[in-house]
Amino acid sequence: MLGLEKKDVTLLAVVALLAFAAPFILNPFPEGSEMAQFNAGYPDLMQRFVIFGIFAIGYNILFGLTGYLSFGHAAFLGVGSYSAVWMFKLLSMNVIPAIILSIIVAGLFSLVIGFVSLRRSGIYFSILTLAFAQMSFNLAYSVLTPITNGETGLQLTLNDPRILGASTGADGSIPVTSLFGIEMRSTYEMHAGAWLFQFNAGYYVCAIILVAAFYLAMRIFRSPFGLMLRAVKTNQTRLNYTGLNARPYTLAAFVISGMYAGLAGGLMASMDPLAGADRMQWTASGEVVLMTILGGTGTLLGPVLGAGFIKYFENIFSKINDNVLHGWFAALPDGLEDTLVFIVHPFVGKGWNMTLGLMFMAVVIFLPGGLMEGGQRLAKLFRKKDKPSGDDSEHHPKQAPHVAE
Amino acid sequence: MGILEVKGVNKRFGGLQALSNVNLSVQENTVHAIIGPNGAGKSTLLNCLVGKLIPDTGSVMFDGQSVLGRKPHEINQMGISRVFQTPEIFGDLTVLENVLIPCFARRDGAFRLHAFETVSAEKEMMDKAMQMLEDVNMVSKRHMHSASMSRGDKRRLEMAMCLVQEPRLLLLDEPTAGMARADTNNTIDLLKEIKEKRDITMAIIEHDMHVVFSLADRITVLAQGTPLVEDTPENIKGHPKVREAYLGEAA
Amino acid sequence: MDAILLQTLNGLDKGSAYALIALGLTLIFGTLGVVNFAHGALFMLGAFCAVTVSKLLTLSFETVDPTRVDFLGNPLKVKTAYVESWFGPEFGGALIDWAVPLSILFAIPVMIGIGYVVERGLIKHFYKRPHADQILVTFGLAIVLQEVVKYFFGANPIPTPAPDAFKGSFDFGALIGMEANAIIYPYWRMVYFFFAAVIIGAVFAFLQFTTFGMVVRAGMADRETVGLLGINIDKKFTIMFGIAAAVAGLAGAMYAPINSPNYHMGMDFLVLSFVVVVVGGMGSLPGAVLAGFMLGILESFASMNAIKSLLPGIDQIIIYVVAIIILLTRPRGLMGRKGVMED
Repeated sequence: MLGLEKKDVTLLAVVALLAFAAPFILNPFPEGSEMAQFNAGYPDLMQRFVIFGIFAIGYNILFGLTGYLSFGHAAFLGVGSYSAVWMFKLLSMNVIPAIILSIIVAGLFSLVIGFVSLRRSGIYFSILTLAFAQMSFNLAYSVLTPITNGETGLQLTLNDPRILGASTGADGSIPVTSLFGIEMRSTYEMHAGAWLFQFNAGYYVCAIILVAAFYLAMRIFRSPFGLMLRAVKTNQTRLNYTGLNARPYTLAAFVISGMYAGLAGGLMASMDPLAGADRMQWTASGEVVLMTILGGTGTLLGPVLGAGFIKYFENIFSKINDNVLHGWFAALPDGLEDTLVFIVHPFVGKGWNMTLGLMFMAVVIFLPGGLMEGGQRLAKLFRKKDKPSGDDSEHHPKQAPHVAE
Repeated sequence: MGILEVKGVNKRFGGLQALSNVNLSVQENTVHAIIGPNGAGKSTLLNCLVGKLIPDTGSVMFDGQSVLGRKPHEINQMGISRVFQTPEIFGDLTVLENVLIPCFARRDGAFRLHAFETVSAEKEMMDKAMQMLEDVNMVSKRHMHSASMSRGDKRRLEMAMCLVQEPRLLLLDEPTAGMARADTNNTIDLLKEIKEKRDITMAIIEHDMHVVFSLADRITVLAQGTPLVEDTPENIKGHPKVREAYLGEAA
Repeated sequence: MDAILLQTLNGLDKGSAYALIALGLTLIFGTLGVVNFAHGALFMLGAFCAVTVSKLLTLSFETVDPTRVDFLGNPLKVKTAYVESWFGPEFGGALIDWAVPLSILFAIPVMIGIGYVVERGLIKHFYKRPHADQILVTFGLAIVLQEVVKYFFGANPIPTPAPDAFKGSFDFGALIGMEANAIIYPYWRMVYFFFAAVIIGAVFAFLQFTTFGMVVRAGMADRETVGLLGINIDKKFTIMFGIAAAVAGLAGAMYAPINSPNYHMGMDFLVLSFVVVVVGGMGSLPGAVLAGFMLGILESFASMNAIKSLLPGIDQIIIYVVAIIILLTRPRGLMGRKGVMED
């Protein structure tokens, strides 16, 4: 089915199910309850999960398959965002042309940068991409202000031409982004007992695109092209002496991942039509690297999990302040309560970045395979407990880990 | 006219004349061994054949076409495959995937964006790879992580990867270096089998005289960057110059 | 002529900072083979050593001076720094004034200590891991260090002035016989340049003339062989990391009066310093120094109005453009050894 093997169809179905049922799944706690702060089922956050998921899926096609560590992918995301906002300013508020343009522009941009950067490999490649990204960031802030609107960021105004749409909305305000009349911000609220579920049009657009992006990545992983990319990562000498030229393969992977980044940027602007240079900063590139390795480099599902994980905890941690902490530890004796609050304080609220940095180190040190490997280790542990005798690993040669599950 | 014609090749590294006026002719469907003491220039010569080094002067013709100035992948596409001293395989991939890659490389050329095909659905490629694995007795190991295999198995896999491309010339760079006696004998058997079953030309660089004399049809002795003598194994064994330059040391 | 001289001088202080950071990066890469993305954070920590010393020296207690009143008519509260009450207003005041140069004494042991802990606790475990892992783990470390500083010192830049004696500018042009006011140059920048020159000289002398330095240089050239000789190279490399950290720290401490330290200054400098290392040649110490000054001066030239009007934005990207050109045409950098990291 769909050109996939049965196992992959199941995986795709699970991803689709999770994406479409997210408003339910991510809202397990009733409204107004103590635990409601841990809900994640509101449109803004779910959109972020999905958009960064797409970004990370694309990044993984480059880093996970070929092993080329790019520190410049945020630049493509930024370029995608700018292109989309320009489309909203000039053409119409429909998200489709905006998204298409962001993919094309990011693709061309990554073709140029990739062509130059891929002349080198290893750390030279990383530094080159970093230099390009930082250069784009600097330019977006300074000379390119007519295009990027500098520090303020690019926004919609009432004076934009919008040839195929209206400069102003019906009520005289700036019109909102839409898909053939369906407004991206429109949300249907469903009350079920104490629960409140929100179904947002924009989120579903993102979710559908995520499933499509995931399907595409899956096809690439299973294709001869994907096999060649993994070969690039393993042994370039043998690749050359097998009659293959590594550079067009890596360039193709670079451009594909750049287009994914552009798509993510376009979607970001479609949900909230503004674009700023800070999206291009190299710390933003670092974030997508973290998502990918946290989830599991080179696995299909990993990057999506990593993106969700980071964006979820970013949201939760940022909301926690000292009052919340005191609430948690209230049952403990005063001295202990204060000590615990004191210890936890630097890592929550505004200290989220600290947690992020520590997580980064912890993953690289202890779990280079990311959450996916962690999950596999756990699963193995349980399986061993189930069947303590007859360990047949000696009789069977070690199986290669499947590329992606 | 041999399938591989090396004429007047010189190569200098700084003050060292690594190759001086090397002439070599490898005839089709023969096994041609190149032997010589350490530093005789065997590896330099091999690297000139595969595009890793470019000779200062001279010509290297393969099947009537010059290989000079071409990149390794282009030379491979011309029909020359190479086995390395330490097996170069795709260690992160399975044995089957290792063999599939050269199959695709032969069919699709140096690059093709076949991102929407599925590896497992490529029946023809799969059959070809499986057939090859059967030939080298590795079918049962096809799902193994290739980096975790023994050195002998890696060598076997590397040969399979080269042979599945049906090269017209197979270059072997000390294929038994660092191998245990049993593995060496296995490799000799494998090479003999290949020689019998396939129309293939092989050029072997080798230290181990046992290997050379079990396989070679012709032998070129290289000393200090120059071919000393070229002859059949029987004649080489008795050749006084060779004894002096090479075998004398070994004996 | 004087315009060229002025821009050259203007580029010196930034160039000095680039050179010092790049020197440390190169030492670490050359000896330990590690790509250290946290090196900018070490520079930043050095700057905050200066901030800390200055804050410690100005720690003060309040007393009420009954003889004077403030403008509301209440008795005036007077702040007195502890050092002033301990050592007398004159010597105490001088100590406060000279906080930044004094912080060198504080920064050296602190930075060597931090370097030691980082190398033994973290970097050591990454010698045999791929470069990508080294980049990632030191990148994480950089974020953590930066956040720790932000936690204690806040997000705003903290002005840390130079001693009064070096405040203001002097007429450099007049000194070298040009007309008055042609080249006005701030004292502290000159101090910074000389300081950097001394440090660079010290590092080179140390590597050139001590046995320790000889072993380290040998290690940079061929790590395995030196290990085989039975020299405990790892221990030497730990010390080397400490020294590199101290160099970065000192560069940061003395830079505090030029640019008020903030927690993310390290990241800004790091990216540029990497570019400097690449331009100079990975693993080449003279290359790092040369490229540092060269790019600093180049950047200063690019920010001249005449050039900016010709090529708008060139001042923002000149360093990157140079780096890209160098990498593509001469990948081993200006002074890199042939064959080192060329692909």
